[in-house]
Amino acid sequence: MQSVLGDKKAILILLGPALLVYTLVKLVPVFWSLGLTFYTGNPLSGFDFVGLDNFSRFAEDPQARSALWFTLKYAFVLSAGQIVLGYALALLYVFVLRRASTFVRTVVFFPTVLPTVAVALLFNSLFATGQRDGPVNSGLESVGLSAVDWFSTGTGTFVVAIVMELWRSMGFYAVLLYAGLVDIPEETLESARLEGATGWRLVRHVVLPLSLPVLLSSVIFSVNNTLKVFDTLLALNNGGPGGETTPLTLYMYRTVFNYADYGYGSTIAFVLTVMCLLVTLMVFRSARRDITRA
Amino acid sequence: MSVAKTGRRGWAVRVTAATGAALLLAGCASDNGSGSGGSAPDKFSLLTPAENAIIRDELTALSKNQCATAEKALPLSSETVAQSDVVQKITLLASQDALPVMFVAGTAQVKPTGDLGKGKLIVDYEQTLKDLGVWDDILPAAASTVKSAYGSMASLPFQYNIEGVFYNKKIFADNGVQPPQTWDDLVAAAQKFKGAGVVPITEAGSQGWPITRLIGMYIFRSLGPDAMTAIQKGEAKLTDPQYVAAAKAVADLGTAGMFGEGITSRTTDAANAQFLNGQAAMMYNGSWFLANLNDPKQNKIGAENVGFIPFPNVAGGKGDSSQWPANAGAATALATKSYTPKVGDWLKCVAENYGSSVLQNQGVISGFRTNQQVSNVPPLTSQLQEIVSEASQTVLWFEALMDAKTTSDAQTNAALLLTGKMAPDKYMSTLQADLDQAR
Repeated sequence: MQSVLGDKKAILILLGPALLVYTLVKLVPVFWSLGLTFYTGNPLSGFDFVGLDNFSRFAEDPQARSALWFTLKYAFVLSAGQIVLGYALALLYVFVLRRASTFVRTVVFFPTVLPTVAVALLFNSLFATGQRDGPVNSGLESVGLSAVDWFSTGTGTFVVAIVMELWRSMGFYAVLLYAGLVDIPEETLESARLEGATGWRLVRHVVLPLSLPVLLSSVIFSVNNTLKVFDTLLALNNGGPGGETTPLTLYMYRTVFNYADYGYGSTIAFVLTVMCLLVTLMVFRSARRDITRA
Repeated sequence: MSVAKTGRRGWAVRVTAATGAALLLAGCASDNGSGSGGSAPDKFSLLTPAENAIIRDELTALSKNQCATAEKALPLSSETVAQSDVVQKITLLASQDALPVMFVAGTAQVKPTGDLGKGKLIVDYEQTLKDLGVWDDILPAAASTVKSAYGSMASLPFQYNIEGVFYNKKIFADNGVQPPQTWDDLVAAAQKFKGAGVVPITEAGSQGWPITRLIGMYIFRSLGPDAMTAIQKGEAKLTDPQYVAAAKAVADLGTAGMFGEGITSRTTDAANAQFLNGQAAMMYNGSWFLANLNDPKQNKIGAENVGFIPFPNVAGGKGDSSQWPANAGAATALATKSYTPKVGDWLKCVAENYGSSVLQNQGVISGFRTNQQVSNVPPLTSQLQEIVSEASQTVLWFEALMDAKTTSDAQTNAALLLTGKMAPDKYMSTLQADLDQAR
């Protein structure tokens, strides 16, 4: 085996095709897109070289800034919610429900498998107002409160989007973190209990440090996914009202495909890529620090 | 050993090169199929918006009757595309030299300065129809609307829509309100209806355009029919006080709750249902709404209970209600490269028969002359048809001369304007900034 892997030709033959496919379908478009950031136009009208104009346009574009800010806000709030709720559920599975957790796990996980667009339409109806009041507004009215037009404001839509995504994804993060928690040796927990660590102290000083690697993976996973949100906000309220819940991805999509400006769209894509990279690096760095401390 | 080594290396290189070449060919090959890839088309490929079946249904009907000969020589093959994907799809098809014979395209694309117009990728119907001897089958008013919207005869007037205010006669009578002649009358009427617990005006707010239509019409009534052309030419700005006043007038209606609850998320179906069920007193809409109004299953208030008036005058304004807002449906262009005598036969047949056929079968008013007798036209349709034939001057819609991004911002921000989350001057300055960017 060693002789096979030591042979450079064998490595080339084994990895070559995969590497070639990866290069063609992944790296070429990425660098192509990077190249487009210096141009304006589309395949039909042709491309004109504009240098760094697209980047200065991005810096001055109020819609791009608002989309950037919204993307960060959405990613931060949703990731925090996903991790906290997911971790709480995982703790519930391991320490409270124990062997009986299978049913609850399945039920909470179920929304993850539903298509986003279907879930968005469901929540659109749940929070509807006007003559076709949804259950949420009917509920508010039945307890004497006035109905809220959730989708007429950016804040309202944001709240619905967060609630919807938490409902949809917390089961997934719960299972992910549950896998990390069940890996903690029972003996370690037992000895901690004998030392008098129970409840919150057990979680804070034993469970949390031992499940840190999987927790950090979840954070990276969650932040990267939420930074790239697209379908949720498109299906829920079309990125509106106005552009108030338009993330960078949707703005990029519209710029390229609706306004036929491939160059500026690629610039937005580039900013998004850099952002995802930075966040991942930041999480990795903090992870290294935390592990040494633990 | 060294020979074997070289052989193996050569084999590896060949496999890698072959895989790469295969992938490149698979990825880059363009689909000529029925497209305009240089050779004459073998079918009359038609691409229409999925949301609007009028054109494809009517051409299919014609292919079985009046246009059977053309159909036999060049069979009709219909495909659809979501309205929101039109620009993307046409850009890609055109760049791959694979445009269908006749296709829907973005308004900005077909203009002489647009990507399709600039590249001479689409035919000028005026010249083509004149060559075929059927130019007289296009109504002059419709031709003028198409030319002012698209800069040339880049589209056929498969629909010729006029727009105005549909109102519920019974609700008006019950509340002792006369159809409004001026904007102030309309506001006063709306207040009365609101007090009576009726939704004064319903619109499909989620679509944006029904709201921008109101802004546009207010501008045309107060500043005259050339108001938006002045913006396009840079002679006026949307941030000028008279233009901002239009946005403010509509925003005031919204913040006063004149559109009812949930206006910003109301869909077309919901808005239509609200009017057709008698829950709303007025609705600004186009003549395409006749299909719903003439359908007893949908129209619970009865077609005889529906009145139609022009958008009211604005006190002291330069425009007046005889200037009807008109449009000729989505731009439907013809690929230059696909034009052959067989396509010409199709065009000739369509020009001669479409007008009467679509009115008879679907009750739709088009910009084609009705060459055959049409029976049993519903009264409301006749009324609108009469307006179309008598209209001396028409105006376009608010976004007609705008680029794709400005159009999109105008429509998406309309919701914020109605709820008071965006001030009228901010709304207009955003659009002006878009227009400046596009120049």
